[in-house]
Amino acid sequence: MAEITLKTLAHSYSKKPSGPEDYAIRKMEHVWAQGGAYALLGPSGCGKSTLLNIISGLVTPSEGDVLFDGKRMNELPPEKRNIAQVFQFPVIYDTMTVYDNLAFPLRNQGGFSEAQIREKVNEVADVLELSGELTRKAKNLSADQKQKVSMGRGLVREDVTAILFDEPLTVIDPQLKWRLRRKLKQIHERFDITMVYVTHDQLEASTFADKIALMYEGQIVQFGTPQELFESPAHTFVGYFIGSPGMNFFEPRLTGEGLIFNGKHIPVSEQILDKIRRSGSDNIKLGIRPEFVTLGADTSEQSYEVTVTDIEDLGTYQLVDVEFGPVTVKVRIPEDQPVPHEAASIGFPDPWLKVYVDERLVEADHE
Amino acid sequence: MNKIENNKAWFFVIPVFVVVAFSAVIPLMTVVNYSVQDIFGVNSAFWTGTEWYREMLRNPDLQAALLRQFAFSFAILAIEVPLGIGIALLMPKKGWAASAALVLVAMPLLIPLNVVGTIWQILARTDIGLLGWALSESGVDYNINANAVDAWFTIILMDVWHWTPLIALLSYSGLRAIPDAYYQAARIDRASRWAVFRYIQLPKLTNVLVIGVLLRFMDSFMIYAEPFVLTGGGPGSSTTFLSQALTTMAVAQFDLGPAAAFSIIYFLIILAVSWVFYTAIMTLQKDKSAQQ
Repeated sequence: MAEITLKTLAHSYSKKPSGPEDYAIRKMEHVWAQGGAYALLGPSGCGKSTLLNIISGLVTPSEGDVLFDGKRMNELPPEKRNIAQVFQFPVIYDTMTVYDNLAFPLRNQGGFSEAQIREKVNEVADVLELSGELTRKAKNLSADQKQKVSMGRGLVREDVTAILFDEPLTVIDPQLKWRLRRKLKQIHERFDITMVYVTHDQLEASTFADKIALMYEGQIVQFGTPQELFESPAHTFVGYFIGSPGMNFFEPRLTGEGLIFNGKHIPVSEQILDKIRRSGSDNIKLGIRPEFVTLGADTSEQSYEVTVTDIEDLGTYQLVDVEFGPVTVKVRIPEDQPVPHEAASIGFPDPWLKVYVDERLVEADHE
Repeated sequence: MNKIENNKAWFFVIPVFVVVAFSAVIPLMTVVNYSVQDIFGVNSAFWTGTEWYREMLRNPDLQAALLRQFAFSFAILAIEVPLGIGIALLMPKKGWAASAALVLVAMPLLIPLNVVGTIWQILARTDIGLLGWALSESGVDYNINANAVDAWFTIILMDVWHWTPLIALLSYSGLRAIPDAYYQAARIDRASRWAVFRYIQLPKLTNVLVIGVLLRFMDSFMIYAEPFVLTGGGPGSSTTFLSQALTTMAVAQFDLGPAAAFSIIYFLIILAVSWVFYTAIMTLQKDKSAQQ
């Protein structure tokens, strides 16, 4: 059982990193609590696999510490860390049967009688629905079964405290993906094991994990529930990366009266305005999710005139492009809502319009 | 729906048919033709049926050559395969050292067969050859022209020197093709170095090794130029392998009928051994339950 703490961790693959761009992982602090189901989400090349390999011990971090329950692990090799890892492509021992594959880590560990091994292997095979395949050669299994065998080798070990998944569903057929994902969830509920799941697919991340860590350029930019990531992205990249399509952004001007965009005053609270002024930055962005933009035909106090340029009917909802001054705003509306021709108006309902200064979210303080 | 009777697509097979005819069928049938007749000259051929075949199978010289041939092929396979894998495991994996090792290991493969024979013939001489001189100086009574054991030892050493690189290069390419994740998973599973070799590297090498063993078996079973240059088949006939026995019969004595029958038998033996070997390896990989 372990809580995994990353303390002032940073990693660079070059020997003499000269700037932040040389770092695959930039200085970060993070705690993965015991027994949690986490996803590490991010685009390709953001450093998520590096971070995973640092936790498992396949990569030694150049700076900072990896702590398991407060114990420094940096120099320990993977075989001494009590973790299991499932890779992108199923790793199985070709010549062994499924049974021998599952028994392999126990036999290597030593100290188990064949009866104990059989009991444990049968238990795990039962959970993974592999009981019928135990006598088969592992190389003749289908890709999803092989991936279950890879996972099973982690589950048979009593001493495993965390299982790390490195995009484990890449080679699995789409129909089988959700079944395997469900299986992972069940396993997580049954065994009290910390699971960290690396993926670039937000759907996979949100179905699997209780909490998602979103990585961008070597840093975790937000750590929260899927709902938090959707409703209040802490960073413009989170807004852009999560959701389909991503958040709408536009850059207003800061004046004495407030924020002005396209000649229109856009109301935000005094407290936030104050914070923007104090930051002294001119990198100000407003963001709102397409789901929260309201679209209508008439113009009122709280709405802005726009021109409809494109309507995409996606079957379950419609995606409308509207021209709002120099930017195109995407609006997601229900399938049956009528779309006004050309001239229309959009509104930004209060809690959903977010303000970003230097790409970071600015929030009003809660009393 | 009526099927349209049009089988003109068969004509597409003609180019392949012509190529195969010239490359295999016609030369092979010529040999078959000789093997069932006794031919003295134009217009004077007699049908002999299977007589040449029976005679060849009973010929004690050829039986001995066949046994020698099997002994030789299995001996070099038993040495070259493990040695080749071992060399491949030791070869550097990247950088200039990997390139240098590849060139050095591949060198013997680039030398023509009869040159290899000549090199070793000189090497084995006790007066000017490094190997022969060193052995006799250290008190070993070494003479490949008089002692059958010495001749065998030298031929096997020569073949190992010449052809182990082939197995090594094949294994090296096979080893390079194993993704890192396998080694990483093995570390996490706490596999020993031996287990990594036994359960990851060796299974992943199976396919290249099947090719390697088949190539080496066929090549060594047909070996001719190297022992011919090195020992000339002697002392006595102790290193006369099948191809040399065949050449003596066909070229020197011009016994075309028996030589042709012998060629066919020779060919069938190689075919049969290769087939048995290949089938055995492929069956090993199947599920036990699927076989029942």
